[in-house]
Amino acid sequence: MLELDAGIPDGDIRDKWRNHLEHVKLVGPRNRPKYDIVVVGTGLAGAAAAASLAAQGYRVHVMCFQDSSRRAHSIAAQGGINAPKNYRNDGDGVYRLFYDTQKGGDFRSREANVWRLAEVATGIIDQCTAQGVPFAREYGGQLANRSFGGVLVERTFYCRGQTGQQLLLGGYQALHQQVAAGNAVMYPRTEVQDIVNIDGRCRGVVYRCLQTGEIRSLAADAVVLASGGYGNVFFHSTNAFNSNATAAWRAHKRGAGFANPCYVQIHPTCIPVSGHFQCKLTLMSESLRNDGRVWVPRNPGDTRPPHQIPEGDRYYYLEERYPSFGNLVPRDVAARNAKYVCDDGLGVDGKQQVYLDFTDAIEQRGHQVIAERYGNLFDMYEEITTDSPFKTPMRIFPAVHYCMGGLWVDYNLMTNIPGLYAIGESNFSDHGANRLGASSLMQCLADGYFILPQTINDSLHDIYQDKVGTDHPAFAQHEKQAREHIDWLMARTGSRTPMAIHKELGEVMWDKCGMARTADGLKEALVRIDELKDAYEHDMVVPGRADTTNQALERAGRLGDFLELGHLMCRDALERDESCGCHFREEHQTEDGEVVRNDDEFGNVGVWEWKDDGPHEKTTEDLTFDALPLMTRSYK
Amino acid sequence: MRMILHIWRQSGPEDKGGFQRHELDGVEEDMSFLEMLDTLNERIIAAGDDPVTFDSDCREGICGACSCVINGRPHGPGHKSTTCQVRMRAFKDGDEIWIEPFRSGAFPIVKDLMVDRTAFDRIIEAGGYISAHSGPKPEPNASLVPHPVAEEAMDAAECIGCGACVASCPNGAAMLFTGAKVSHLGLLPQGQPERWKRARTMVAQMDAEGFGACTNYAECQDACPKGISIRFIGRMNRDFMKASLCEPDTRQGQLKAH
Repeated sequence: MLELDAGIPDGDIRDKWRNHLEHVKLVGPRNRPKYDIVVVGTGLAGAAAAASLAAQGYRVHVMCFQDSSRRAHSIAAQGGINAPKNYRNDGDGVYRLFYDTQKGGDFRSREANVWRLAEVATGIIDQCTAQGVPFAREYGGQLANRSFGGVLVERTFYCRGQTGQQLLLGGYQALHQQVAAGNAVMYPRTEVQDIVNIDGRCRGVVYRCLQTGEIRSLAADAVVLASGGYGNVFFHSTNAFNSNATAAWRAHKRGAGFANPCYVQIHPTCIPVSGHFQCKLTLMSESLRNDGRVWVPRNPGDTRPPHQIPEGDRYYYLEERYPSFGNLVPRDVAARNAKYVCDDGLGVDGKQQVYLDFTDAIEQRGHQVIAERYGNLFDMYEEITTDSPFKTPMRIFPAVHYCMGGLWVDYNLMTNIPGLYAIGESNFSDHGANRLGASSLMQCLADGYFILPQTINDSLHDIYQDKVGTDHPAFAQHEKQAREHIDWLMARTGSRTPMAIHKELGEVMWDKCGMARTADGLKEALVRIDELKDAYEHDMVVPGRADTTNQALERAGRLGDFLELGHLMCRDALERDESCGCHFREEHQTEDGEVVRNDDEFGNVGVWEWKDDGPHEKTTEDLTFDALPLMTRSYK
Repeated sequence: MRMILHIWRQSGPEDKGGFQRHELDGVEEDMSFLEMLDTLNERIIAAGDDPVTFDSDCREGICGACSCVINGRPHGPGHKSTTCQVRMRAFKDGDEIWIEPFRSGAFPIVKDLMVDRTAFDRIIEAGGYISAHSGPKPEPNASLVPHPVAEEAMDAAECIGCGACVASCPNGAAMLFTGAKVSHLGLLPQGQPERWKRARTMVAQMDAEGFGACTNYAECQDACPKGISIRFIGRMNRDFMKASLCEPDTRQGQLKAH
């Protein structure tokens, strides 16, 4: 049974963070260079945390599997980042952002964390501007804003359709300034294989150099996982080709609780799958729903080209069903409705796709304004489909995008293993059962720039004197296990490639644990995943050698973790016998297909503990709803 | 479609390397170029051989990882596209395709089509940043940035660090990459305090890494997946020139003695 203490400070929700900061233990500037901190992953959360900690004077070791830290998948985030600056004078403020995030997450997030996120969000825009992030500006030179789903204000800051890229490069540059200063060391093309716990505290990692295959250890006083989400369990997702859950999952197998694994966001606007060979899906930013109108032909079998379908024969289903939020309903609602209309046979050309139409916006605002706002997204779409959204509506369909679930963390962002932290998408705390648009960049940077660098001291302040080195026998033992695992993988001489098994896992997950789930379907998925695990163990082939770059071996290692994680996701989805946010159990819905929560039984976080000798065990952390009482979500 | 592929195979940095011929059936028009290579690799693995190693990650043209020279052109036949954005509809049934890694002395080959571009990280480390440690910062609207200046900075900031500019340049110059960063930061008010030092130190690092110098072929601009203009090289040259002749960032801003 896991012992979970979230450590939420006392007092009014408005004062918790400030009070906490006033009482967190500190490490003095002259002592900081005596501490080694490992940061795994260089996306927004990892780069921001590593740069901030190194600038404070800690010795930071930064690992990423890519050739350069600048390539982490945060770079692909398109639309924007939220901050309640109220530049639009439309009544925004910290409470509003808190309210929208709590409600958007369907009351499955930790209230105190969400408030803190809303509170520090404005500082992120200040920080990033100071770093030289070229946010869009109005003609007078002031920062520009746009709107995202699930909110009634304009609070989103952006850099064309490449906001993630610009924010990440800001963090990357800050990190590499610290590398040049000697405070941070980069370990590119490196993958963490295991974490090492000694006497109940995380004391380092075992990692593999992807170029040489060497297995090595690094001792540290704290380890920060910023390794992203696990959307690639589904094979087809908007994640990068190599995004994986290995670091987080292996930490889980060493005792870190995994929270709410079934909460996976399906993004409503992606380019539909075009063929069996396809390896990844491309997102079209939610910002497009500011100006694009979503519709399908009102009559099944209407195969006329879109411009020949008169207004009366078009079904603007989001505008009709949700008059106050219209096309800007939250992602889970937009995705589910796309599924409903396609299930009713209204999908464009009878396929799983709907229109996202810019004709009206181009008429009203002009070609140039639309090109400036979305030019690169339109280019990207045309590149893939050969259709120009300036001339014909986009065809879109939902795809797996983001994981709200992740490693359980306390208010300090520390897992239940002292010394092991999880930030950004790899933790669970802020988005509940559904994340609103433009809030993942916000959360990653809040964790990386402002929260972790001020809370990590709390567990560090008194430990540097009993430093543990890699000569401790635990490191040799963990290295040995990592080598044996690689040897085991290299000894797979069956007939199926890792990618083929991964694809099959993805199909099972999408069918049974995707946009709609049922108890029977999930039970079936658990059986199917066991079969795939068996194929993985007995019929997989891994080519080549382990002492050089071997991408098939890397893929095989990650697949093993995805199989175990997929299994847990289905179990979590099965045991969470309610609908909430993205987690839609068909058994629990209203007559018109909205989710029905069961707050009495499931107003909690489901945290799973790995057992070496049996199935996972679940513990719960009860959620409180003091600042914003529970209500039924409505975007009508 | 059926493709005849000539792929550069090299087991490591020390290996001499050479082209390996493959024939691949069942290539579809909607496939991306890298999905075509994935398909080939699946067959190679099933046959028990060593698949082709190549870098790729986001597969949507923004991370800058993919780095193939396709038929002599970095990132292949598309305009303003990365290798991962090339679709097989750019080729015809029966076409022969020559696939190589990015070629530059400063980008050593790791394996097959994978190269080491950490030289770019070191150029950034030499000054491609604005010093602004995490913490409370001034209100952003306190220093206004006119819309056209912000747009110009963004044009430069779009660089994805892929290295196609280097691979396409007859001189192996990294001046588009470096010029884009010098310009992006030098255009913004926040980048002014370190502007002149930045131009000097980044250019010095670029030289130290063994990249060549620009002689206005403009191949880089043509190969750049983000269409970054060589006017940013001009801008960097002006900043570098000014910073070399005098020291605008010292207390007197006086001319240098030499």
